[in-house]
Amino acid sequence: MSEPAARIRRALGTWDVVVLLALVAVAVVGALTVDGVASPRFWRFVVLEAIPIALIALPMTLIVITGEIDLSVASVLGLTCSVMGQLWVSGVTSLPLLIALALLLGAVLGAVNGLFVTGFGLPSLAVTIGTLALYRGLAYVVLGDRAVANYPTTWTTTAIQPLPGTTIPWMILVVAALAVVFAVVLHAMPVGRGLYAMGNNAEAARFAGVDVRLTKFWLFVASGAMSALAGVFWTLRFASARADNGSGLELAVVAAVLLGGVSIFGGRGALLGVLAAVALLGVLRNALQLAYVPANTLTVITGSLLIASVVGPNVAGMLRERLRRRRTTTVSPSS
Amino acid sequence: MPTPLLALDGVSKSFGAVAALRDVRLELHAGEAHALVGENGAGKSTLVKILAGVHAPDAGTVTLDGRPLLLSGPADARAAGIAVIYQEPTLFADLSVAENIFMGRQPLRSLRRVDYAAMRERAAELFARLGVRLDPDRPARGLSIADQQLVEIAKAISLDARVLVMDEPTAALSGIEVERLFAVARSLRDAGTAVLFISHRFDEVFALCQTVTVMRDGRWVSTDPAGTLTVDEVVRRMVGREVSAMYPKQDTAPGEPRLQVRGLTRHGVFDDVTFTVHAGEIVALAGLVGAGRSEVSRAIFGVDRHDAGEVLLDGSRLPNGDTAAAIRAGLALVPEDRRQQGLVMELSVERNTNLPRRWRLSRGGLLFGGDERRAATTWAQRLQVKAGRLTDPVSTLSGGNQQKVVLAKWLATAPKVLIVDEPTRGIDVGTKAEVHRLLSQLAADGVAVLMVSSELPEVLGMADRVLVMHEGRLTADIPRARADEQSVMLAATGQAAAA
Amino acid sequence: MTAVDTAPAETATGGGARLARRAFAVRELGIALALVLLVVTTTVVNPRFLSAQNLKDLLLGSTILAILAVGQAVVVITRNVDLSIGSILGLSAFATGAVFVAVPGLPIPLMLVIGTALGAVLGAVNGGLIAAARVPALVVTLGTLYMFRGVDYMWATGRQINAADMPAAFLGMGTATVLGVPVLALFAAAVLVAVGYVLRNHRSGRELYAIGSDPAAARLSGIPSGRRVFYAFVTSGALAGLAGVLHAARFGTLDANAGLGTELNVVAAVVVGGVAIFGGSGSVYGAALGAVLLTTIRAALPVLGINPFWQDAAVGALILAAIGLDRALSARVARSLRERKAHV
Repeated sequence: MSEPAARIRRALGTWDVVVLLALVAVAVVGALTVDGVASPRFWRFVVLEAIPIALIALPMTLIVITGEIDLSVASVLGLTCSVMGQLWVSGVTSLPLLIALALLLGAVLGAVNGLFVTGFGLPSLAVTIGTLALYRGLAYVVLGDRAVANYPTTWTTTAIQPLPGTTIPWMILVVAALAVVFAVVLHAMPVGRGLYAMGNNAEAARFAGVDVRLTKFWLFVASGAMSALAGVFWTLRFASARADNGSGLELAVVAAVLLGGVSIFGGRGALLGVLAAVALLGVLRNALQLAYVPANTLTVITGSLLIASVVGPNVAGMLRERLRRRRTTTVSPSS
Repeated sequence: MPTPLLALDGVSKSFGAVAALRDVRLELHAGEAHALVGENGAGKSTLVKILAGVHAPDAGTVTLDGRPLLLSGPADARAAGIAVIYQEPTLFADLSVAENIFMGRQPLRSLRRVDYAAMRERAAELFARLGVRLDPDRPARGLSIADQQLVEIAKAISLDARVLVMDEPTAALSGIEVERLFAVARSLRDAGTAVLFISHRFDEVFALCQTVTVMRDGRWVSTDPAGTLTVDEVVRRMVGREVSAMYPKQDTAPGEPRLQVRGLTRHGVFDDVTFTVHAGEIVALAGLVGAGRSEVSRAIFGVDRHDAGEVLLDGSRLPNGDTAAAIRAGLALVPEDRRQQGLVMELSVERNTNLPRRWRLSRGGLLFGGDERRAATTWAQRLQVKAGRLTDPVSTLSGGNQQKVVLAKWLATAPKVLIVDEPTRGIDVGTKAEVHRLLSQLAADGVAVLMVSSELPEVLGMADRVLVMHEGRLTADIPRARADEQSVMLAATGQAAAA
Repeated sequence: MTAVDTAPAETATGGGARLARRAFAVRELGIALALVLLVVTTTVVNPRFLSAQNLKDLLLGSTILAILAVGQAVVVITRNVDLSIGSILGLSAFATGAVFVAVPGLPIPLMLVIGTALGAVLGAVNGGLIAAARVPALVVTLGTLYMFRGVDYMWATGRQINAADMPAAFLGMGTATVLGVPVLALFAAAVLVAVGYVLRNHRSGRELYAIGSDPAAARLSGIPSGRRVFYAFVTSGALAGLAGVLHAARFGTLDANAGLGTELNVVAAVVVGGVAIFGGSGSVYGAALGAVLLTTIRAALPVLGINPFWQDAAVGALILAAIGLDRALSARVARSLRERKAHV
């Protein structure tokens, strides 16, 4: 086989492409069979819904590739919303200042996670389950069960303003730019090589001069800041800051990252697959809603997809191995 | 010829496209110690795993007492009376020593409850029989490798095994511990157990075994009584050709001091270690396992922090605990444990080769595929790494080729000081000679080489100077002319310092 | 350790072992102590906190969390995690209501068996996927978290089952007491003792610890890891199913949201209770204590005059404190082993 052909075959075999093709297939089938999926309005909603998930999924992908996890992201989002709301109520009326403070807060919350994980050497799963509760709790402490909703309409409409001539919100450009940044860091910079190395074998990475702890620390900071950015968007999109904003979103993000082909054990995965998975889940959810499939069905589908994404390749591998062994066993007596 | 206790006939096993065993035969007799020797990648470990029930053979038969034996898992092998001591101890760190020995076979009392008192007692009996003092109640976490190995041996004895397989059990043991192990193995053998012993150390093979089987490239080569063989003959069969001179160190005049270590201390690990390595010099760091040699090299390289002292490279001080800075300054470390520390097994040959140099290979902060491929190809060719594709995971390579990738990865950084920790452990004789030639060449080119090694012939053959450590301290600095087995061993056991 | 003087070094490791054992004992004692401290402080502030009625409420409140925590501990000890228990509880609770609607006269013990069996089947789905297809538990149970909850939603289709739809005797069980102890708490105690007994005294229980301590070594030792892990998930599922029936008895009103989000609370209880998140150590007693402690904190905060909005934050801080403490303890043990070894 010629080298380019082999390369194409290998590329088609990667999980990223499988997810991407599934996305296209769902979009096409949806557009042909469900009224409204082809409409620009539909895509506007898909994008609006996907933006916060995508923002958080970007750093989450890198974190999971290093073999860690951050379950506190939705609580960081919630606490950011609460603090923004409280600041607004207390008279901070400059939007840039609010955004800057929110991002700073997110970075600090992420740094706390990072400190516990890298400084004290604690498992990130346990630490971020702890801060999941802690940050969400603090969100309630700050805002109680109040909702802050009296933001200026110019802010809230600006946040979801479509790109000229389309229905797609301009925020997608911000997401796209950040996606490019994260993709370059992960796939084309020395740092990214270190991330894969430490995800597979942290000790060998250390022996090769990778500063495992420092790198992971900054990833948690980035995760906090990006979750805060998602929180800012959430507040403005729904024109409402509440302590329970985005609760449960962490599982949706983790589901998208895993469905996108990132190994939960670290060391494997790519950003393209994750973004495709975020889009796939968004399109599927909205298309099914339009098709009057009860929203609940989607929960079942999300779960099944997630399981299929890990079970499928494993079972296929086991079957291949069994077939191969049967073949060698039947051949060997004659050889 | 009596019926063998355990026999393998025509056994083959492949992993993917790689044939690990082809048509292998082996006969073990009761009351006999049988050595299995071969280079790494010859298929010894695969054969052990088949006996242990971990792998099922693709073809061929295993018979016990002349009856076919079907092993569908480790539990079956154990039930058949086959006990295996692996190269790497496989203990449960969280559980007590006694429980580690009897896991799955704990003595029971009424209601099928685990009888902890009886278990403790029987563990204590086993340790008494082995002549060691280990607390059966302590958790396995924190045991030294040698103590872990002893727990494994106690486990094997407690099985009353008819076949005892030992896969390089002595790799991490000191002289006295090896003697103790052999005493136990001999008494088991004399009591009628069939012992299969795998080792790279020929003196041990000939001290313990009556029969020697040689394997090469996954095939059976020969089986002979040990008395009819010489070491040279065994090596020739293992390699399949004559081996050229093993230790080709060229004499070089040492140059400027390159690496200076002053008063380096890590509490409870090593203490006040001071030495200098000059350009063009190969300095060996000898000593018993556990003397703190690897720990010193880790601290010099910045993988571990040190508590006191300093490391200077060409006169400038290296920051404490900063591996990246050490690499930038021109230091390289080929670590002891290839699979855990030297390589990221799941990543490709290319990614592994370029990992320490990933910053230097980038242009404007970005890496370009072409640059990476060229860099990796250059070094793979220079060291004659045999790999299918450079994009294949490094785990698909043989042990010797993996070690070449580790060397390539560090030589590519053009180091001024190269630390090699057990550079030839577990690699085949042919590659060994290549590695020695390479180290010698590097020294001739002005690199300062610090070589940690437990193989005395290697130390004496390669080194311009021999530093010896004992219990975390440097006890001797012996120039090449005066270094011999006796002087090194005396210092290593702590007797030279008093003299 | 070197060949020359093994004897003194071994004595030293013996000392380290004693220290390590003491640290383990301290772990469960520590939670109990924290619990006592909390109760005493709260009682000083408000003596009514220790009233019979309030104690009963505390026990009742802990029951369901404790049962789930026991099941979760079994799974976590094997170095796995079961995120689907909240959904299993929800499904089982709704099934309880639906069965009573369909068969009003069904004996209560039979209902308990049905709920537990349903949970066991769902747990078997988890365990089967994890053991047979060899995929990570975190991913599988995250998937079944969605799946089981989705099935629950589809079945309920927005309906609610009310107390009036269930037998009075069944609902009575939710509040009944024996000698002042709530019947539901007795269920939790029975589960705790039974599971704790098996883990401590049975070979299969010990093997769960071995699997969690080192999965590869467990396979080499001939431990049937796949089967053991499968049954760990069946146990966790069965207990979540039982908890679902008890949930129905206690709350009376059921929709598809029962137990939503419980999984993280349960993992929190287990971690606070000293079960290592990476398996191999800890006990179900600790996990149950953790559940009681979390419930007590929630109950004590308002009594102490602290804004109830601090509840979640306090739980989060407790989790961090617990895992931090574990790490500090094990680091001390490791250091003492190292230094004793060096200074002989």
